[in-house]
Amino acid sequence: MNMINIVIDNKRLTVPEGTTILEAAEKVGIKIPTLCNHTDQTVKANCRICLVEVKGSKKLSAACATPVWEGAEIVTSSKSARDARKTVLELILADHAQDCLNCIRNGSCELQKLSMEFVICEPSFDNIAKELPIDDSNPSIVRNPSKCIRCGRCLEVCHDVQSIGTISTAHRSDEYVISTAFNMPLDQSACVYCGQCSLVCPVGAIYEKNDVDRVWESIDNPNMHVIVQTAPAVRVSLGEEFGMEPGSIVTGKMVAALRRLGFDRVFDTDFTADLTVIEEGYELIGRLRNGGKLPMITSCSPGWINFIEKFYPDQLEHLSSCKSPQQMFGALAKTYYAQRAGINPKDIFVVSIMPCTAKKYESTRSQMYSSGYRDVDAVLTTRELSRMLKLAGVDFRNIEPEEFDAPLGISTGAGVIFGASGGVMEAALRTVYEVLTEKELDKIDFESVRGLEGIKEATVYINDMPVKVAVANGLKNARLIAERIKRGKCDYTFIEIMCCPGGCIGGGGQPHTTTNKAREKRIGATYTEDKGMKLRKSHENPAIKELYKEFLHEPNGHLSHKLLHTTYRHRKHIK
Amino acid sequence: MREITSQQKVREVVEKYGGVCEKLVQILLELQEISGQNFISKEVALTVAEEMGLPLSKVYDVITFYSMFSVEPKGRHIIEVCKSAPCHVNRPQSVVNMFESALGIRMGETTPDKTFTLQHSSCFGACDISPAIKIGDEIYGNLTEDKVLEIINSYREGYRNVNRS
Amino acid sequence: MSIEAKLLSANFDRIIPDSLEDYKRFGGYNGLKKAMNMRPEQIIEEIKLSKLMGRGGAAYPTGIKWEQAHEVKKFPKYVVCNADEGEPGTLKDKYVMDKDPYKLIEGMTIAAYLLGAREGYIYVRGEYKKSQEILRGAIKNAVNANYLGENILGSDFSFDLEVISGAGAYVCGENSALVESSEGRAGRPRMKPPFIKISGFRGMPTLLNNVETFASVPVIMDIGGEEYASYGTDYSGGTKLITLSGNVVNKGVFEVPFGITLREIIYELGEGIANGRKLKMIQMGGSSGACFSEELLDTPLCYKTAKAKGLSLGSGAILVIDDSNCVVDFAKCITEFFLHESCGKCTPCREGNRQLAKILDKFAKGKASKKDYVSIDRISNAMTNGSFCGLGQTAATALTTSLKFFKEEFDAHIYGRCLTDCCSMSEGEE
Ligand SMILES: Cc1cc2nc3c(=O)[nH]c(=O)nc-3n(C[C@H](O)[C@H](O)[C@H](O)COP(=O)(O)O)c2cc1C
Ligand code: SF4
Ligand code: SF4
Ligand code: SF4
Ligand code: SF4
Ligand code: FES
Ligand code: FES
Repeated sequence: MNMINIVIDNKRLTVPEGTTILEAAEKVGIKIPTLCNHTDQTVKANCRICLVEVKGSKKLSAACATPVWEGAEIVTSSKSARDARKTVLELILADHAQDCLNCIRNGSCELQKLSMEFVICEPSFDNIAKELPIDDSNPSIVRNPSKCIRCGRCLEVCHDVQSIGTISTAHRSDEYVISTAFNMPLDQSACVYCGQCSLVCPVGAIYEKNDVDRVWESIDNPNMHVIVQTAPAVRVSLGEEFGMEPGSIVTGKMVAALRRLGFDRVFDTDFTADLTVIEEGYELIGRLRNGGKLPMITSCSPGWINFIEKFYPDQLEHLSSCKSPQQMFGALAKTYYAQRAGINPKDIFVVSIMPCTAKKYESTRSQMYSSGYRDVDAVLTTRELSRMLKLAGVDFRNIEPEEFDAPLGISTGAGVIFGASGGVMEAALRTVYEVLTEKELDKIDFESVRGLEGIKEATVYINDMPVKVAVANGLKNARLIAERIKRGKCDYTFIEIMCCPGGCIGGGGQPHTTTNKAREKRIGATYTEDKGMKLRKSHENPAIKELYKEFLHEPNGHLSHKLLHTTYRHRKHIK
Repeated sequence: MREITSQQKVREVVEKYGGVCEKLVQILLELQEISGQNFISKEVALTVAEEMGLPLSKVYDVITFYSMFSVEPKGRHIIEVCKSAPCHVNRPQSVVNMFESALGIRMGETTPDKTFTLQHSSCFGACDISPAIKIGDEIYGNLTEDKVLEIINSYREGYRNVNRS
Repeated sequence: MSIEAKLLSANFDRIIPDSLEDYKRFGGYNGLKKAMNMRPEQIIEEIKLSKLMGRGGAAYPTGIKWEQAHEVKKFPKYVVCNADEGEPGTLKDKYVMDKDPYKLIEGMTIAAYLLGAREGYIYVRGEYKKSQEILRGAIKNAVNANYLGENILGSDFSFDLEVISGAGAYVCGENSALVESSEGRAGRPRMKPPFIKISGFRGMPTLLNNVETFASVPVIMDIGGEEYASYGTDYSGGTKLITLSGNVVNKGVFEVPFGITLREIIYELGEGIANGRKLKMIQMGGSSGACFSEELLDTPLCYKTAKAKGLSLGSGAILVIDDSNCVVDFAKCITEFFLHESCGKCTPCREGNRQLAKILDKFAKGKASKKDYVSIDRISNAMTNGSFCGLGQTAATALTTSLKFFKEEFDAHIYGRCLTDCCSMSEGEE
């Protein structure tokens, strides 16, 4: 590698060719302000907040986009750079609906943080922000274009990571916006509600639909029995909302905090994740034995369900008919649990804490009323939960851990790993293998399906039969799989697909600290949690065994079909 | 072809250009021309997107970026009055006034019979006869009130056989 | 006597534009034939000797550009002509395409021969539909006569040329935006690096030149670089097509040798100020160029001298503004143009133009204050030094330069007076 000598802020430095000024500055302890730049994305260089001076040139350079060259002498905070940056920031602010105190991103906003660092006290330019209508047409995602600073991060995710492309740049000049085609509401567009855009938006321009108030209301209602389920991916991310390191495991703290909020029971989606393994495992075994449609594809990621329904509706038969663990939980909560607890299901309010925005939409689907009631009443993202906790003054970092309630809080390591890409596959293999071979697995870790890689493959020998499986995460990779199926070039038996990069740990409802690096840490934490569990296979979960004995009777049986399985729809898509 | 472009017609045009994304601008130009109303409808854009395998948002981006495209129907003939500096210093407002009173519409509007739309434009390279106007591919300058009426009429009646130069 | 020098424009109005026979009768394709008997280094050397500099505005030495393009070892390479001609007050490229299209085609063919390019594209602005048709006709004739297409003139060199239409966007004249647009997308400028000479059209090495630049090459090949250069100044070789517009008697396109003064251009070619009025201001290089007053009229036409005086020839547009016009009103017109044409992608240009337009509107309505000068200064600095592309970087030039020469006229507006009565000076209609 070629090395390059530069001087940056009076310090001599040798860096590899291709290093940007931004990276070089970091090496000498200088953090140049950025806005459009995102560590996991391509360089866009459109916000111009990172301007720096290179000696000998009157023109300033965008630090995020300029590779250093031999002999370059960079002054990151020269007068001209400081002035230009401040002007740029004030220009952005002058075209911004500045109502931080009423803004969902108050406190987590990158623009607000810069304004603080730049000490903007008095506006220099007239505010010319146009008030544009808010799009809250759907249960998952809200767009407030008046807050958009046009950094382009959301559309890069939507196009290049998720291959949806429902939002794009449009118009030019002062009308330049990020918008859907013909400015149609998201619910009429191809949007799959994955929320990945909301994860990268630096400001309050794309965010989750806020359901916090509905949850408080139910808690406030003394006649309501309010129960909460927590998705596997939340316990490895929630701590980040309270300044903890990515990858911190906060399961017990989360349970305790939820009790402090006033939930009557704190249960675990991991329980129904174990149940999903059984139901889906038996479904797969059934398809293998009876010549059913293969490859079978997992169905626990609602963003993925939206995708296949909208883009590849002729492949719906490949989907497992299993509901997602969240919805299985809701259906059981208002039947099995209601019976056991002797509570009228109409008085039960089911809340789920999810890493996901698509799950909000999922809970509203007409198929999700199989208990006779809306199975899951409200879905909160990790971010919304943290807001509830902050409002209630929960000292999250110091709270004493507590245990989940029984029986819907009992789970195995197999349920835990649902949160990471490859986890559903691994959990299913642990069970399917043992059911089919009636032998114990000697190695239960399937490392080849773990990690952030887009498409992972493995071949497992069951009764000496090679079973080819694949795992895809991120819809761009899902599309590759769907295209292979379309071309008849897909010889897998079983495929796991997760809508979000890295699986649910990287979901669209996770903290804004989510980056690929944080995703890796959360994945690590997930497998640590799995390792620490007494039981690591779903079919060994005693609460699941009891559920079948007392209520469901058999996997894929009549009652299972009524409560735990679902159907899909062709949905005419607008791209 | 004067009516709203049919799906079949859209497919033909896309096909003519081999359906390659690189030709999107050329395809849209042609579709707008045969629309009869100088615009690309949502339906046309949707068909283009589907035929070319592009996200609709990208097609919309292209349509809204270029000033020659419109998503709203306009008159059959667009009268563009240049407002760039070289024309500006020659007082194009008088030309605007002449057209406004001759057509009975204001700048930016379309005549009720959908024959003319009057709009501003950036320089189109006729600064040597400024203040200049452009109707379709034709350029006119050194305008007087009589000449404006004459021009408008030439587009009104059987506009094919009239000598416009 | 005339101060014009007709090299490039010699055929204007003397040949039938799309007649290849006519073109050849006046020496057409001599340049290509000569080039095809030369080694690449010789072609490059000849162009270097001519001191030809990019006629699109940036004035980059063409010989060096072609040498670099020749040295890139990645194929296929593309030869692309920038016929977007969006700079207000410029119509010289249209003249070339309409009046002598084969010059451009021949020039591009020579470039293709040098680079070993198989395909070339002429990106013509959408507003020039007639020019597009003329070019398409000429290309067809050239193919039929074997000056384009397979095995040109019996050699093993083949070259196809195609016209691409723009659709109304000034920024598409910026080279990376032009490439984006040529690939069917919205023409917003691309990140650089990579530069288009390495990764341009279809991600491949691309040589991009202006119409006039390409069209000058056959002349240079024909008469020789040294002879061509001798028409101009020591620094700026040859001749330049200029477009004279605004308040002169005789507007139009003229070919002049470098070295003549602006005064000669305006008072001899332009026959002076129209309507018996007096000269107030000149804007050179199009709307992105500097504004200045009479005191610089004796500046000779030369890239170097102009630069020394803080000016730029740009596209060769010379806009003459008489004393009936208001400087504030003029600056507002220019700013509105850039606001309309900004691609919107980067903050300084999108928001800066908006704010400047707003501030100038305040001046025009008598609502501005001295504080607004500070804002203008801050915003124009951020735009000029911090914008993503050349559009934003030059958009404030007219305003800042006219402020330099005509500050008292701005001041008068602050005190509620427009000296020319161009501005309404009230809240009502503009
Ligand atoms: C905003 C902008 C608009 C431009 N418009 C044109 C144009 O219309 N025609 C042109 O030839 N060059 C234009 N240029 C300059 C081109 O980017 C490029 O420098 C030129 O085409 C190179 O050719 P040349 O070396 O032959 O001049 C423009 C540049 C900018 C930044
Ligand atoms: S997006 Fe950020 S800067 Fe804008 S109002 Fe919200 S918190 Fe404030
Ligand atoms: S939610 Fe997903 S599909 Fe919808 S706009 Fe955001 S990134 Fe695109
Ligand atoms: S919505 Fe957010 S991420 Fe998207 S461009 Fe606007 S500010 Fe950036
Ligand atoms: S300066 Fe920025 S906004 Fe302006 S045209 Fe260039 S890239 Fe677009
Ligand atoms: S962070 Fe560098 S331009 Fe936006
Ligand atoms: S300025 Fe009006 S045509 Fe050029």
